[in-house]
Amino acid sequence: MRSDPTQFALTAPASLQAVLAQLAQNPGTHIPIAGGTELMVALAAGRLPRHSFLSISHLPELRFIRITPDAIHLGANTTFTDIRRNPTIAADLPLLTLAASWTGSIANQNRATLGGNLCNASPAADTPPALLVYDATVTLISSGAAPGEIVQRTLPYRDFYLAYKSTVLRPDELLHTITIPRAYSVHRHFLRKVGTRNAQAISKTALAALALVSESPATTSDSPSTTPCARHIQTIRLAAASLADRPIRLYATEAALQNASLAPAHLDATLRRARAAFATEAHPIDDIRSTARYRTAVAANLLEDFLRSLTT
Amino acid sequence: MTTIHLTVNNQPHTLTVPPMKRLLDLLREDLSLTGTKEACGEGECGACAILLDTGSGPELVNSCLIPALQADNATLTTIEGLAPDAALHPIQQSFLQAGGAQCGICTPGMILATHHLLTQHPNPTEAQIREGLSGNLCRCTGYMRIFESIRQAATETAR
Repeated sequence: MRSDPTQFALTAPASLQAVLAQLAQNPGTHIPIAGGTELMVALAAGRLPRHSFLSISHLPELRFIRITPDAIHLGANTTFTDIRRNPTIAADLPLLTLAASWTGSIANQNRATLGGNLCNASPAADTPPALLVYDATVTLISSGAAPGEIVQRTLPYRDFYLAYKSTVLRPDELLHTITIPRAYSVHRHFLRKVGTRNAQAISKTALAALALVSESPATTSDSPSTTPCARHIQTIRLAAASLADRPIRLYATEAALQNASLAPAHLDATLRRARAAFATEAHPIDDIRSTARYRTAVAANLLEDFLRSLTT
Repeated sequence: MTTIHLTVNNQPHTLTVPPMKRLLDLLREDLSLTGTKEACGEGECGACAILLDTGSGPELVNSCLIPALQADNATLTTIEGLAPDAALHPIQQSFLQAGGAQCGICTPGMILATHHLLTQHPNPTEAQIREGLSGNLCRCTGYMRIFESIRQAATETAR
């Protein structure tokens, strides 16, 4: 049943400080709303628990892309279109550009924000796997003790989620900045999404991966002489959508692949180890979009695709 | 209720509305601009697409997902405002000529999505056309005539 708009309050406080003050005054009363592409759907469907909203879409303090030599800093109000149009992001963080291009349609990308995508905390969201493998950090802000004072805390994005649709954000906090290191120019980047169709589909599953492949001479005694240069995985990060109640890093699979050989003679063993570790940490569910069995099987295949791509 | 100011198709308006009222309903009910259509009401079909400028240039948006308050001080273009006078806009003309419109429910959104596409890519590739229109669903045409309309419109506006 459609909601009656007269039953909902919405204000647009004039400044970031004013938004934070209202969040602090009555914690849990207000829902911040940015692009509205998620909340307005929930509103129409009558699924919204609280009836008071604070618009933050007009706040320029939250919409920025700041490039420094070491990092890219994205304000929470950065839209998917902002991301797609930024050449530095495309060059340094291609998976983020790709994920942004998959998120909804162009009309939604023009409104939807990266901050909203993260705070909505859907396990199926498109950008989290990319941000997880890029080892992003998030900066959260809230009102300080002094009038107008803003306090902040920064934590690894991998620690942002607590459970299904649940984050570490306190009711008085806002996500302010997503920071991503510019450290991946020599890495191999991989992102695949499996959905019902190309445009507008919510993923059945998705896998992001980042790896550094080394060609250094073999150091282990069991390397056969048939591999003149023992190509192996020096570092690897893996993250997935829709394999758990939240976007996840695949730590066990990463550990199993640390220093794993990609030499032809060892590849099968590496793939077996990867699949075995993956099976211990993929816990998808059956739902309207797919089944747990399908998700696990397809995500494992994506992982194998990525690992095989590292051999050349 | 909240009082908002906005400019729609070059006409300034001051309206007192529930702030969470959908921009789509504001256009259709308060301003009687019924060219903007509702189909899914969930931001997935593009029938309610309009051009919205909140200060950083006109962007294609789904008006069913925008609370009225967020259009305060904004400049909007709906299908009614695309052609400045009784003549058709070249995009409308191309949809007419190439058979890009059938039942008409998706057409206003298709035309505004085309307008946005041609602003970004005056000579779009086939892939750019398909991506630019991928947020707009049509249940009649099978899309081929719509893509042809867009190719014609690109040729026409490039002239």
